[in-house]
Amino acid sequence: MLSYAARRLTILVATLGFASLIVFAALEVLPGNAAETMLGASATPETVAALAHKLGLDQPFGARYLSWIGGALHGDLGQSYAYNSPIAPLIGAKLAVTLPLTAFAMLIAAGVALTAGVYAADRRGKSGDLAIMGFSQLGLAIPNFWFGILLVLTFAVRWRLFPSGGFPGWGDPLAALKALVLPALALGLVQAAILTRVTRSALVEALGEDFMRTARAKGLTRRRALWRHALPNAAPPILTIAGLQFSSLIAGAVVIENVFVLPGLGRLIFQSISNRDVLVVEDCVMLLAGPVILVNTGVDIVAAAIDPRLRAA
Amino acid sequence: MNTLRLGAICVGVLILAALLSLMWTPYPPAAIDVPHRFALPSAAHWLGSDSLGRDVASEILAGARVSLLVGVIAVGIGVGFGVALGLLAASVKGWLEDAVMKASDFAFAFPALLLAILLTSTYGPGIVNAIIAIGVANVPVFAKLTRAAGNSVLEREYVLAARAAGRGPTAIAFEHVLPNIAAPLIVQATIQFAIAILAEAALSYLGLGAQPPMVSWGRMLADAQTWLYTAPRLAVFPGLAIAFSVLGLNLLGDGLRDALDPKLRARR
Repeated sequence: MLSYAARRLTILVATLGFASLIVFAALEVLPGNAAETMLGASATPETVAALAHKLGLDQPFGARYLSWIGGALHGDLGQSYAYNSPIAPLIGAKLAVTLPLTAFAMLIAAGVALTAGVYAADRRGKSGDLAIMGFSQLGLAIPNFWFGILLVLTFAVRWRLFPSGGFPGWGDPLAALKALVLPALALGLVQAAILTRVTRSALVEALGEDFMRTARAKGLTRRRALWRHALPNAAPPILTIAGLQFSSLIAGAVVIENVFVLPGLGRLIFQSISNRDVLVVEDCVMLLAGPVILVNTGVDIVAAAIDPRLRAA
Repeated sequence: MNTLRLGAICVGVLILAALLSLMWTPYPPAAIDVPHRFALPSAAHWLGSDSLGRDVASEILAGARVSLLVGVIAVGIGVGFGVALGLLAASVKGWLEDAVMKASDFAFAFPALLLAILLTSTYGPGIVNAIIAIGVANVPVFAKLTRAAGNSVLEREYVLAARAAGRGPTAIAFEHVLPNIAAPLIVQATIQFAIAILAEAALSYLGLGAQPPMVSWGRMLADAQTWLYTAPRLAVFPGLAIAFSVLGLNLLGDGLRDALDPKLRARR
C-alpha cells in the first residue's frame, strides 16, 4: 500500500510540474506582452521595451519559468501588472468565495446523488427508479449556466427570496450564505445527475453479486445488506467519478461565478485575461488545475485502500 | 418508445433544423429591427423578438447550425487524433504506449473547459478557437478508449492468425482492430458530441466562442440575461434548444450502446 501511495505521489509531482510548464508556455509564447497592453497602442517601442525590462519580461523563457515556480513554492505568486499589487493576497480574497461555493455545491451533489442513487438501485425497474433516471437524464442535458439563469428567474426575479447575484462579503455570514445558495444549487444539482447514475449502476452491479445472497442467507435484512455490503463494494467507482467530477465542478464554478457576478477566481481570470495580466491567469489556472490533480491522486489512493486489487494497477 | 428511437428523432429534428436554416428562416437571423423589439410570441414572430428586435425563432434555427458544426468538427478532431494515437499505443506498445497513456491521464486531470478558456484567451475568442479547444479536449477520451478496446481485440485468435499469415501491424490495425472497436467508438462519439454542444454554449455564453453576428444559443442566453426583468421568456427558448439537443444525443448514445451490445441488453 505504501509503495503504491509513493508511486502515485511521484506521478502527482511530475504531473503538477508538467501542468505548470504547459500553462506557462501556452501564455508566454503569445505575440505581444503585458507591457504593450498596459501602455496602449500609442506607446513607442522604446517605452514598451523599458517597461518590459522593468517587469522582467525580456528575460529568457526558462529563467522566467523558474522564477515563477520558485516564487510560487515560497508562497510568492508574483506581481499583478494590472492591479500593481502582489497576487497571493488578491487570489486569497477571491478564494473566500470560490472555495465555499464549490464545497457547498459538492455537498449538494453528493447528498442528492447518494440518496437518489441508493433509492433508485433499491427499487430497480419500479416507477421511483424510472422517475429518478428520467430526472438525471434531464440534469445531464441542462447547461449549468442556464439552470442558474432559471433559478434567478424563479427565486430572485419572481419570488424575491434570494439575491439575483453579487456577494456581500463574509462580514454578514447569513447574507453571504444566502448569496451562495442559488449558485451552489446551479452547480451542484447538475453534477448530482451524473453522480446519481454512477451510484445507481455501481450499486445495481454490487447487489447482483454472490456475496449479497450470502449476506441475506446469513439473515441480514435487505436494507442492512445494502448498507453493510453493497455500498462499500460500490464505493470505488463512485469515488473515482466524484473525483473526476471535481474538475468539472471547478470549471463550472468559473462559469457560474459569471452568471451570478460573484467576485471569485472565475471572475478574476476573466478580468485578467482582458487585461493581459498573464501571471495572474497562470496562477489562477494552476490553482484551479492543482486541486483537481491532487484530488484525483487522493481518490486513487483511497480507492486502493478500500480495494486492494487496485494497487497492482 | 425505446431510447434509441426517441434519441434518433430528437437528433433528426436538430439536423433538419440546421439544414432548414441554411435555406430558409422566417427572418434573416441577425436582422436588427429595433422598433419591434421585445415582441411577444405571435404569428409574425413565433417565439417573439429579442432586445434588438431579432426574430427568436430564426435565431434558434440558425443556432442549430452552429451547434452541429461545432459538434461535428470537435468530435472529428477527437476521433481523428485520439483513435490514431490509441491504435498506435495498442499496436506498438512499450514506451510509446506509456507516453500516450500518461499524456491522456494528464489531459484528463485538466478540466476541459479550463483548457478551452486558456486557449481562447490566448489566441483570441472566436468560434474556430473554441472548436479547436473542445476538439483537443476530446483527443484523450478517444485515445484511452481505442487503446483499451484495441488491446482486447489484439489478444484474439483471429489477430494471431492474421499475424501468422504475414499481415503487418498497420494492416491488422485497420482490417481487424478498427472494425471490431467501432461500436464503442460510435457510442462515445455520440456522448462527446453532446458534451461539445454544452461546451460551445458555455464558451459562447462567456463571450469566448461565437462572435456577433454569428448566432449561438449560448450567446443568446448571455443577451437574455441582461433583460431578465424585462423579457424573462428570452432566457427560456435557447436553453430549451440546448437541453433538447443534448438530451437527444445522450438518449441516442444510450440506445446505441444497448443495441450494439447484446450482453448489456440481456442484463437490463
